[in-house]
Formats: sequence, structure tokens, C-alpha cells
Amino acid sequence: MNMIEAINSAMDVAMERDPMVTVLGEDVGYFGGVFRATAGLQKKYGKTRVFDTPITECGIAGVAVGMAAYGLRPVPEIQFADYIYPALDQLVSEAARLRYRSAGEFTAPITVRSPFGGGIFGGQTHSQSPEGIFTHVSGLKTVIPSTPYDAKGLLIAAIEDNDPVIFFEPKRIYNGPFDGHYDRPISPWSKHEGSEVPEGYYTVPLGKAAVRREGGDVTILAYGTMVHVVLGVVNDLGIDAEVIDLRTLLPLDIETIDASVMKTGRCVVVHEATRTSGFGAELAALVQERCFYHLEAPVARVTGFDTPYPHSLEWAYFPGPVRIGKALKRILED
Amino acid sequence: MSDTDRRTNLPPLRLHVPEPPFRPGDPVDYSHMEIPAAGALDRPAVDAPAATMREMPYGLIRVLDGEGRATGPWNPRLEPERLVAMLRNMALTRAFDERMYRAQRQGKTSFYMKSTGEEAVAVAAAEALDRDDMCFPSYRQQGLLIVRGWPLVDMMNQIYSNKADRLKGRQLPVLYSAKEAGFFSISGNLATQMPQAVGWALASAAQGDTRIAATWCGEGSTAEGDFHAAMTFATVYRAPVIVNVVNNQWAISSFAGFAGGDETTFAARALGYGMAGLRVDGNDPLAVYAATDWAAERARTNHGPTLIEHFTYRAEGHSTSDDPAQYRSAEERSAWPLGDPIIRLKQHLIGLGVWDEERHAEMDRELAEQVKAAAKEAEKNGVLGIGLHQPFDTMFEDVFEEMPWHLKEQRAQMRAERESAGI
Repeated sequence: MNMIEAINSAMDVAMERDPMVTVLGEDVGYFGGVFRATAGLQKKYGKTRVFDTPITECGIAGVAVGMAAYGLRPVPEIQFADYIYPALDQLVSEAARLRYRSAGEFTAPITVRSPFGGGIFGGQTHSQSPEGIFTHVSGLKTVIPSTPYDAKGLLIAAIEDNDPVIFFEPKRIYNGPFDGHYDRPISPWSKHEGSEVPEGYYTVPLGKAAVRREGGDVTILAYGTMVHVVLGVVNDLGIDAEVIDLRTLLPLDIETIDASVMKTGRCVVVHEATRTSGFGAELAALVQERCFYHLEAPVARVTGFDTPYPHSLEWAYFPGPVRIGKALKRILED
Repeated sequence: MSDTDRRTNLPPLRLHVPEPPFRPGDPVDYSHMEIPAAGALDRPAVDAPAATMREMPYGLIRVLDGEGRATGPWNPRLEPERLVAMLRNMALTRAFDERMYRAQRQGKTSFYMKSTGEEAVAVAAAEALDRDDMCFPSYRQQGLLIVRGWPLVDMMNQIYSNKADRLKGRQLPVLYSAKEAGFFSISGNLATQMPQAVGWALASAAQGDTRIAATWCGEGSTAEGDFHAAMTFATVYRAPVIVNVVNNQWAISSFAGFAGGDETTFAARALGYGMAGLRVDGNDPLAVYAATDWAAERARTNHGPTLIEHFTYRAEGHSTSDDPAQYRSAEERSAWPLGDPIIRLKQHLIGLGVWDEERHAEMDRELAEQVKAAAKEAEKNGVLGIGLHQPFDTMFEDVFEEMPWHLKEQRAQMRAERESAGI
């Protein structure tokens, strides 16, 4: 399965198991979503459980909160993460704090799915990585898969979770992993690890990172598309790196990070999102606070630049193999 | 001729900035306000298509006339006992507001918001809804809780943010949450409850339930995007929901003109969405009851949502932090031509021969005692800032269902801080 099929299968399984699971969003019904993530679900589960919505992200999120208050488990889709900002107030001020402000009387177990990230020539309106905005908010969980297997298991776990979850799907790797070399054809998922996805029910627990490659010289923290780019660089350069796929940014698997950095003594954080106040800053600060006496070099960040995503200069913006490789060499020489 | 040359002959454009009719010191004259006679407006069938009742949002549904007589097709013809109960609940709401306002002035809490003059909007609506219909209120519908019998002491514990506050002292006073009473947790962010109510309503419809939802916002918040998203969703899915807009003329110091009220009525917002819209004399409890009852039946029989504009007047300041004397004429309140909802219902009941001034005075005394006793009870659990608050550890609870490591670490940090400070 590719990642889209895995995500589709996750919703299918979740809907089959729990009649309260309801899918809504722009184009998700009859058409099955612009990325086909919800294809076939309306036909199988009917129009009252899988339905198209007006184009109003604040409405989609607000309605989902109300549906959750009724007792449903809504899975709203925001068609591109770049369009999630009109929904921010409902997600940040409402869904995230409903349990807290009502002392548990009302909860918002919604799972907001949204394709995010660049590398598809989407320009500055179809490429952003807004995860740092959500990890800053108390009460939201933020999940980002990097393989079809994880995407299905994490999404089922997110739908079953009783807290609101922001589920960002790295759309660059929907069809196959991407090693950062934009001039090479995408190799389909079927040829790679993580594409064997069981048909039925299973979960990948939220809050647990995966060690994608064991190594002794440096710890690299990444998620989503960047996991594959990092693995490609490490293999190309022959670096003995430990690559950690965070999978859930919040709650974060700090134990796995601590153990790895204490072992390697070096840490590089890689993400596509802009640098300043990005999630990499949080990771670097945590590693510095917790592993300082084990560090042999300052924690390095490799990120997108603090500009909007430029359409024609996408590959200069993208934190690809050259930028990552340079940072790794520098930190290993320190 | 270039565009620039042609434009030199035109007068400069002007920006229109709305201005309320009266400012502090101005004499008040409401003669510009069109007030249709009670009983003048038709009562459409509850299944009438929205397009056939386009005049409704421009009129004003009124049942009680100037002498307190009930008249016309919207007269709900309620039993006298129900009317007395409604009167009592409005008076209790007012007594509660009075007591809590004074409690704030005495420094027992940080903040309070009265609903004086608007009691009918919440109380009469709650009388017309079923007990298990779900309400998504704004911050001036405490009357819903009063009608549904939510304990006054619980309301006060919330206002005092004390150790018995069910919301663990986390919300500003009056931002209640009472699931048992079908009262959704109130947000301080305006109009966010509107799409949530619609979501609840369409979930109810999708589940084949029989319960409906109702939501309230002020006329000022109809400018929020959430309001329009809610209206779109409500129409598209024919959600069984009642959207109440409480036009009390003032959004803090901004008059209704800044929300578009100078150009049209708020009820007429419904027309663009193809929704039924009713404009109601919000100080007429029988009219509010009748309109809500009509809209509830329409929703319950799958004929879709209704927008009700409650045309009323905010007799007091926006909150205890507000001084309306700074921005509006002091005469506005006394001259308000639609009167006071409690006095109007009282007059009606006296006219029916089932009530009198003595009984009314006795009821007011009794309610004041009831509220006073509840306040004493609540104060035993503490008032804001004197130490009888929730345990400190509760700060970290309910952020997530299960506490993650970073919150556990922060909780430990707080405990250590307090220990080292000897607290």
C-alpha cells in the first residue's frame, strides 16, 4: 500500500469498528478527496457518515467540535495544511481547551487530517509546515507519520484517542519515499520498508518514536518526509548516525531522544518548517537541557528558511541532502 | 482622456462611519424606531418554506400590547401556572444578578455580567425548549440554567472560583458549563459556539435522535466568521438548530450599527441563507416563547433551522468592568420603548386576575432570601483569592486525558517551588 491507501484503510477500519466515527471535509464525499484519501468511504458508510462540507475551515473545525460534544468521533479533513489558519481559533481556543475549561464535562476527540509540507511545486499556498503552531498549544496532540504502516496505525490510534489530534500527512511521500534528490524519479512504496500494511485493525501508539537506523556518532531527529531524506544522506555519506523518526511531536518520546543523544553525544534536528520558533528550536532546547554534559558539539538545526515557500526556488528552499550533509560534517568535526 | 483626468471632476470619496443616535448628555427620542402593534404579524405554518415568509425578519413579533394584554396569532396561550413560573424564573435571574453584582463590588470575585432587561431572552426560550435539547449559549443566558434548575450554589461556586467550583477554578466567572443541564461550556471567544451548535444538531439528525440544539450570540458577534460558517452549515444540512441573535443594541461600547444593524435587521441575515428568520420583541416573554416554540417545532419536524433576532436592550453595562455612562445617554434605559420584560409579564398576569402587586413583592422578597442563602452557602467554599481554591495540582489535570511527561515534570517543578518557598 502507498500512504494514501493506508490512510484510507485506517478510516475504513475505524469506521467499521465504531459507528460514531464520521468523516467530513471539502470534497471528501462522492469524489473521495483531492488526494483520494477518502475514496469509497461514502459509498460504503453512507452520506451521513462521510460528507462534503462548505468551504469554510472555521466551520469544518467548529462543526466537528460540536459533533464531538454530541458523542461522535469526527475526522475532519483540511484539504491543505496551508488552509488550516481560518480553523485555528476553533482548534486552538476550543478543541484544545474544551476538556480543561469544562473540567472534563465536554471533550473534543476529533482527528484533523491535513496534507502538509513541500516538494511538490505547490508554491507558498500548498507547501507549508505549520506543526510548530500546534505543538505550542496546550491540549493538542500532533502526529506526523513517515511510512504507510505508521500512517495507518497512527491514524487509527489518533481516531481512538480521546484528545484532539492534528494529523499532518507528508504529501511528498504519499506515493513513495523521497530521498531529497528531486531529479530522481520517485520509487514507489511497494519497493520499500513500511509499505506492508495489514488489511485489518492495528495501532501504532501515539507518543512513541521509532529508531529508523541505529548508529553511534550522531543522533538525527526528524519526522515525515525528512526521515527519508536524512536516511538517504546518511547512507550516501557513510555516516554512522542514529536516525530517530519522532512520529508524534506532542506528546514527545523524550526517553528515546535522551537515550540516543547520551549515547552519540551529538544531535542534529531536521525539519522542513521555517527555522525561527520552529519545532526544531524546542527539540534543540530539550536536548541541551537534558543531555548537556553528554554533548560534544552544539545541537544543530537544518530547516527551511524563514521565508514563504518560493514556487520556482523550491529546491533551494527545501532542506535537502546538501544542507543536511554540510551540517552533519560540521557537527562531526566539532 | 485618461482615467486620472476624468477623476479630477469627481468629488472625493467619503468613508461612512456609523454613529449611534444618542451619546452621553443627549436627550433620547425613540420616535424613529418602528414598533409594530402587538398581534399584527402573521404566524406562518412551521413547515412554510423560508421564501414564503420574507417579511417576517423585517417585522417584530409582539404578543403583549401596551396594557399587557396578549393578542394576535403568536399568543402561545399558556396556562397561568406556566406564566407565573416564567415570571418567577425571570425574577430569580434578576435577583441572582443583583446579588452577584454586589459580590463582585465587594471584591468576592473578579468579574460579573448581568442580564438585566434581557431575562426573557433566555428564560422564555428555555421554557419553550425541551429539557434535553442542547444549548450553546453566550455569556448572558444564565436564565437557561435557572429554568433548568441548575443549583444556584453551583453557579455561585463557579463565580467565586472556589474549592467547590465544578470547573476547578479555570474559567472566568459566568462562563459556566453544565452538561447535565444541556448547557455547553461557554467560551470567551465570540461566536465559536455557533458552528459547534450546528455540529451538535447535525450529529443529532445524523443519529436519528429527536433532540435539537439552540445557540445564542450578541448582535455584535454576528460579524464574526464563525457566525456565517454556522449559518451556511445550518442551511446546507437543514440542521435542527435555533440560531438566536440577541440584539441588545450594544457590544461593549460599539452600538449595533457597527455590526451592520443600521442597514438591515439581524433577522434578515437569514434571508441570504434561505433560512427562516423571525424578529421578536425580546422584552416580551410571550413573544420569545412563541417564536422559540415555533422554531423548535420546525427544527424537530425536519424543516430546518431558524434565526431569531431578539430585539432588546442591555439595561446595564456590558460587565462589571464597563461604565456605559462613558458612551451612551443615561436616558436610553428609562426611555426604552419596549419596557421591561418582568414588568410586562407581571402586568399581563395582573390583567388575567391571577397575580397582584402584593404577591409580586412577596415573591421578590422570597427570591432575594433564596439567593442570599445560596450565596452564604457558596461562600463557605471560598471566594476568589482567599485560599479556599482548588488544590494546586489540579492546574495540570484535564489538559489531556492522560498526563504526558512534560506536564508531570512541570507539576513536580511547581511542587518543588512551593516546598522550597515553604508554602
